[in-house]
Amino acid sequence: MRLRLTEDEAAFREEMRTFFTTEIPQHVRDTVAAGRHVGKDDYVETMRTMNAAGLAVPNWPVEWGGRDWTPLQRHIWHEEMQLACVPPPLAFNASMVGPVIANFGSQELKERFLPATANLDIWWAQGFSEPNAGSDLASLTTRATRDGDDWIVNGQKTWTTLGQHADWIFCLVRTDPEAERKQKGISFLLFPMDSPGVTLRPIELIDGSFEVNEVFFDDVRVPGDLLVGEVNQGWSYAKFLLGNERVGVAPVGATKRALATLKQTALDLGHLDDPLVAGRFVELENELLALELTALRVVAHSADGKPHPASSVLKLKGTELQQAVSELAVDLAGPLSLATGSDTVPEWAALAAPTYLNLRKASIYGGSNEIQRQIIAGTILGL
Amino acid sequence: MDFTLDEEQEALRDAVRGLLKGYDPAVDAERRRQVTAEDPGFDEGLWARLAEMGLLGLPFAEADGGMDAGPVEVAVVCEEIGRVLAPEPYVASVVLAGGLVAALGSDQQRADLLGGLAAGERLLAYADGEVAEPVIQGARADTIVWHVGGEVFVGDRPTGATAYRTHDGGRAARLELDRSTVVPLGDGGDVSEVVALVTAQARIAACHEALGAMDTALRMTTAYLTTRQQFGVTLNRFQALTFRAADLYTALELTRSIVTWATMVAAESDDPAAVRTAAARAKLQTARAGRLIAQEAIQLHGGIGMTAEYAVGHYTSRLTAINHWLGDARDQVATLSADLAAHTVLDPLEA
Repeated sequence: MRLRLTEDEAAFREEMRTFFTTEIPQHVRDTVAAGRHVGKDDYVETMRTMNAAGLAVPNWPVEWGGRDWTPLQRHIWHEEMQLACVPPPLAFNASMVGPVIANFGSQELKERFLPATANLDIWWAQGFSEPNAGSDLASLTTRATRDGDDWIVNGQKTWTTLGQHADWIFCLVRTDPEAERKQKGISFLLFPMDSPGVTLRPIELIDGSFEVNEVFFDDVRVPGDLLVGEVNQGWSYAKFLLGNERVGVAPVGATKRALATLKQTALDLGHLDDPLVAGRFVELENELLALELTALRVVAHSADGKPHPASSVLKLKGTELQQAVSELAVDLAGPLSLATGSDTVPEWAALAAPTYLNLRKASIYGGSNEIQRQIIAGTILGL
Repeated sequence: MDFTLDEEQEALRDAVRGLLKGYDPAVDAERRRQVTAEDPGFDEGLWARLAEMGLLGLPFAEADGGMDAGPVEVAVVCEEIGRVLAPEPYVASVVLAGGLVAALGSDQQRADLLGGLAAGERLLAYADGEVAEPVIQGARADTIVWHVGGEVFVGDRPTGATAYRTHDGGRAARLELDRSTVVPLGDGGDVSEVVALVTAQARIAACHEALGAMDTALRMTTAYLTTRQQFGVTLNRFQALTFRAADLYTALELTRSIVTWATMVAAESDDPAAVRTAAARAKLQTARAGRLIAQEAIQLHGGIGMTAEYAVGHYTSRLTAINHWLGDARDQVATLSADLAAHTVLDPLEA
């Protein structure tokens, strides 16, 4: 057993800390720190800055801009980024479609897309969920049928996060409706969002924000060379992608920072003198510490880059704590949390309720927490 | 960053596990009941075998009859003890009372007391206050280490102390200090800082014992869910039950992380305050998870979990006892609340 970082690891952490706190534009970090929505330009500027330093896509193969880091280095990179209030590289690019293309795509697709994806020259949208395929994703019905060398896509995707900014979409489409198992007839297709027949409709969320969209496909023509890997093998690529999604989905650093910011506010307002309030901070800090240490255990013992089964614990508990911190913020704001439209109450209080409402999503996306419990009960406990 | 045991530590774990196997309630459900039914509430024969293996002197210097091992080795032993719910007072006698003697005792006191403890010939108990209750094994112990107002004394067990049974099958007593029968441990004077540090080390050891007990309680529960049939199917067909088991696993793994971390802090840090804080954090998490797992283990078993014949309820009782010993959740929250403003974010690697 050993707790301390090695000298090299400690130096790496210092290097990351310095980079994130000095190279990322302050106005972007201020936006994240305040809990405001991050705009497209801020995402692009940040990811390009990171890409120029070779820090945008460390999980990719080295020849496409990845870094040959240990799991612990990746963890440190991710934590320091969050602690410094830096918006992470766009997940659809860096964690989802990029690794899929790098692992399963043709050389031509790699050359065409990977550099632009790493630099956020292309903004990708995720076309997975459908109105009738949520947790049961393999039930998706969006169809792609052959027309010569092309594919013709018809159907609908939903919950397409930040699709309003997207240049391209990666989609799971059904290419063999007759397949023995529903997982067997799915392919992984790429196409531009401005293709004729693509319609995007924003969905307003309960906090008034516009983060997600419905995307409709009406006879969208997609050239055959934009199918990743092999026909009808899309489900295995999707599983690979979702495995990556679950690893990054426990926002330990960001939640720690949010709690620390809230604690400072509570301290300034004298709320920490109330033992009931102080007790809630103590319990949350402690659970977050336990979560972070669990993440470190998973990182230290994950083999071959495959997600550790306990990563389901990270998603489950990580989102619960993220939500609990937002709940504490609303409670501290009290009646001021109603004043969301006011420009006289402090910003943290005005944002508390919308943030709390917005974060109800966290236990639903990335494999709902019920799916995570199913995985823990089935895969780990053998129930 | 490494959360795993090295080869020697694994060998130690296997040896302790092997020794305790016959005491596992899952192997012999009646043995623990018989042992705890009569005074002193633990198996003197097993205590002697723990001494033979060197475990009763594990954390003490070789010169004092010990093995010169550290917090990780102590943690390994405690976890195995908790796993089979062994009623032997390892944490109370070796880690806490023995730990105080090791930290404060004169050469002569250490040689006598720790030598006797390590050999299994002298049982130590720890008493807090002039009138101390409950003193774990206070009526059986040969020697009492007293903590009174920041000072620590040592002396023979007062005459006339009688043991009573604690709900977890152990024994305790009420002891009154007679100053004419004790001497200072070491030089005497205010040693509150040392007491706080040794208590923190004992707290971490107790968390490991609880961790072992939680692990078994969850294991028994999942085994039961896959075998017990109702409505013509095994209970694991009911998602309302399996989801609760998943939550118990989550609580257990978070606790394992923080308790293991606290042991690493105790093993590596030169700062007593860091060890005290780590112990408080581990104890708080253990109290929360221990209560959850202990309650749910019975509930998921149903009525059988309530019976004294069946082991799982005893795990609940023991976990409850550990929760309220050496400072419970309320105490830890109070301690940690006082420190809230001293840091922005917690950094486990800088502890």
